[in-house]
Amino acid sequence: MSGLPLLSLLIVVPLLAGVLCLFVKAPGARWIALVGTLIDFAISLYIWAQYDPDGAQWQFVEKMPLEGGVNWALGIDGIALMLIVLTAFLMPICIGASWRAIEKRVPEYMAYFMLMEALIMGSFAAQDLFLFYIFFEGGLIPMYFIIGIWGGAERIKASYKFFLYTLFGSVLMLIAMLYMADKAGTTSIPALMAFDFPKEAQTFLFLAFLASFAVKLPMWPVHTWLPDAHVQAPTAGSVILAGVLLKLGGYGFIRFSLPMFPDGSLQFLPLMFVLSGIAVVYTSLVALVQRDMKKLVAYSSVAHMAFVTFGLFAMNRQGIEGAMLVMLGHGLVSGALFLCVGVVYDRLHTREIDRYGGLSDNMPGYALLFMIFTMASVGLPATSNFVGEFLSLVGTYRASSWAAIVATTGIILGAAYMLWLYWRICFGTQRNADAAAMPDLSMREWWLLGPIALAVFWMGIYPESFLRPMRNDVGRLMVRLERVAPAGDSRLTLGKGATHMDHGAMH
Amino acid sequence: MGRFAPLLPELILSIGGTILMMVAAFTGRRGSGTVSWLAVVLLLAATVALIGAPSHSGPIFDGFVAGDLFASFGKAIMFPSAAVAIIAAQGWFERDHEHSSEYSVLIVFSAVGMSVMVSATSLVALYVGLELTSLASYVLASYRRTDERSAEAGLKYFVLGALASGILLYGISLLYGFTGTMSFNGISAAFGRGAPSLGLLFGLVFVLAGLAFKASAVPFHMWTPDVYEGAPTPVTAFFASAPKAAAVLLATRLCLEALGPATDAWRQIVIFAALASVFLGAIAAYGQTNIKRLLAYSSINNVGFALTGLAAGGARGASAVLFYMTVYIIMTLGAFLCVMWMRDEEGRPVEDIASLSGLAQTRPGFAAAIAIFMFSLAGIPPLFGFWPKLLVFQAAVASGYVALAVAAIVGTVVGAYYYLKIIKVMYMDEPAAPYSRPREPVQGLLILLAAVIVSPLGYLLIGPLGSLTDKAAGSLF
Repeated sequence: MSGLPLLSLLIVVPLLAGVLCLFVKAPGARWIALVGTLIDFAISLYIWAQYDPDGAQWQFVEKMPLEGGVNWALGIDGIALMLIVLTAFLMPICIGASWRAIEKRVPEYMAYFMLMEALIMGSFAAQDLFLFYIFFEGGLIPMYFIIGIWGGAERIKASYKFFLYTLFGSVLMLIAMLYMADKAGTTSIPALMAFDFPKEAQTFLFLAFLASFAVKLPMWPVHTWLPDAHVQAPTAGSVILAGVLLKLGGYGFIRFSLPMFPDGSLQFLPLMFVLSGIAVVYTSLVALVQRDMKKLVAYSSVAHMAFVTFGLFAMNRQGIEGAMLVMLGHGLVSGALFLCVGVVYDRLHTREIDRYGGLSDNMPGYALLFMIFTMASVGLPATSNFVGEFLSLVGTYRASSWAAIVATTGIILGAAYMLWLYWRICFGTQRNADAAAMPDLSMREWWLLGPIALAVFWMGIYPESFLRPMRNDVGRLMVRLERVAPAGDSRLTLGKGATHMDHGAMH
Repeated sequence: MGRFAPLLPELILSIGGTILMMVAAFTGRRGSGTVSWLAVVLLLAATVALIGAPSHSGPIFDGFVAGDLFASFGKAIMFPSAAVAIIAAQGWFERDHEHSSEYSVLIVFSAVGMSVMVSATSLVALYVGLELTSLASYVLASYRRTDERSAEAGLKYFVLGALASGILLYGISLLYGFTGTMSFNGISAAFGRGAPSLGLLFGLVFVLAGLAFKASAVPFHMWTPDVYEGAPTPVTAFFASAPKAAAVLLATRLCLEALGPATDAWRQIVIFAALASVFLGAIAAYGQTNIKRLLAYSSINNVGFALTGLAAGGARGASAVLFYMTVYIIMTLGAFLCVMWMRDEEGRPVEDIASLSGLAQTRPGFAAAIAIFMFSLAGIPPLFGFWPKLLVFQAAVASGYVALAVAAIVGTVVGAYYYLKIIKVMYMDEPAAPYSRPREPVQGLLILLAAVIVSPLGYLLIGPLGSLTDKAAGSLF
């Protein structure tokens, strides 16, 4: 391992690039942002290469006390690593997506994106409770500006709703954090992950954290900010919102709720399953009747995130690994779908589904990529989402067969709304002359969507590359949850053959 | 002479202030610039004189006032903010024919009063300090004689302030009557002798009500928006910073030192005042269109958070209060310095929030400074305004008042809305008529300095500032 503080670099590089952006004109700002995000991506790849899946739980650890209760403590495990790589991968794509779409106040726009990247990286890498909170909450500021300045017609309302909803969720978490720091006498996240809080306290702590992460993820019924924010945000804003910011909620559950409050998690398990079940069915049905492409994809995000909560609270290996893969896969696929919406929006400036039709005739390249991402979103085998959703469902089945039955209907409904969307946009007759005259993907757009498509297939065909770094960490989480994991009603008996543990050991 | 050594800062200010008054009387308007700068020098000299042992070596004049670190810390944050109020006035009154040297002199005398307030350990000293500050403040509020709003502000402040002083005095007389002593230690001993009598409780309530008025805590806040709006902006900046800190610090010392054994009696009052201030400050600010009125409600809101720390009690709570007031003063002064730069093409001050429209496009640096202060006042991380709030809540949680902390933090979300509104106007609306560009490098530097301190760089201060407030708070126990 090198002596460079790589995680700090991951945060500082975009920050510096962001400050630089403010001092140049639009073209310069675009290039600085692109180079900054690419450097960050390179660093994240290097970290991935250097990460030792069998090594210590926390790697690349840095610690610098600031005194007075907060430490600049960074470190990652495999779970954080994968989310960091996902963020670093999506960021240059976001910059590319804004290359032409954003024309006013470009330097400022790029600066906010860079600030956002720094804060997200910080949230995933933070090992100090309050440092995490600072990064986690700080992310609201740039997103507020991005939606509010460059958003659509209703942008002001959407930006307020986004900010205040998420802020309200998080402040309760802050009080819980203060209580934890006071009780455990430490603010170090690794230490707290091993600390046993009294059972009664766990109830309230779990609820306080739930308030924050449920809004962030989002879970039904606190998801209503998401469609508004997505519809109003510029394309790149939607990509980063769906691709990464929502993952902070899922990450929060894995990092805080499950290991720190196992008893609380067990206590609220029925609630989590019921909420997730409602989310899957209800938001899928809502997605089915949307006339706005972006809103449809936004509701599909809520439905997909329900697979994450199903998997996580199944509290078994398949469920948790599946939830992680759903998060990564959804990060890629929903980001790509928002980009696909952005491609046609840039040409026709409308997101109404009825205005399009038969695009496969005049935009074959677009139709091909859109098809890939539609199929991935549906969960077709060989794409990323299949692996994640399948594992997550298997895990859910082991915990509760009823939950699994409800969750599986989500897959069917998902296929319905996604395929119908694709049919209405790409197939059928060309009803509108202006839609029929749209040119196919430009080189830049190929460069944006192509890499995501490759990653989607990689994750679908050989998910082991992504599962390997997380395996030991999920194992540690399993040990922590052993006592409380639900027994399940499926009465599965393990045969003498290769078990999942052996499977893991083979690699 | 040795007896007077601990009073060096006050002596510098009183003697210097008197001399400046003479200078002012004989030079008239011509000397106003010189007098202002001399007043600034006096205040800074008094701050420097705080360094070293004498000013916090122990009780002075048989426990009439205290020379402890708590008092010194309070003075160290109040003197410089008074100096800033003088510097700020320089550019602001420039076009005004009414500016004269008395302004600086009044602020210097007010600073003397405040320094007596924070070091008072006897009810007499408490009252004398408070009145000295208040009388100077009444005059300052109506400083622009020909401006109706200013005159109204002065009158309103005076009438209501006199009423509050009356209530305070009545409370003091009750406390004195039932304990037979004016000193904090004596009162503390009297309260410690068992369940307090009805008379003592009445005295306690009246004294706290009087102090709540000075700190503009709900339900004694009614004067704040009108006075803040009517008074000239530099005066408002002064009111919102130093005297408010002095009142909060005085309340802290009184509650923890004199009323320590009666904690259960005052705690419920302070909790009520804290939560009522937080929520009223947050909700009443919604409809405001005048930025000074909005900042007035913001200051009520902020006092609520400081009182949350006081309600938590103990050294930790006191330390959180000190930390909170320090950062609060910096944010508020920064915000008001920015407000003073809102002037139309002819140089007339503008106070409409709507006039900030689109500022981010016409004056990006200026807009960024205001945005930093607003986010910081709202307590959104990663800005430094988040940390004092965290400390206050931490103190509340540590002493078992989780519900109080939860209620107060919900108040931050309610309050966040109107801070966001200002940012929305600046960043998301179309540009309005531009402001004139001020040529005031000193004020500009001060804004920059304040903005840097409340930016994320401020977190580097947590260590040194935190240990200082801990020590200062420790000297109360």
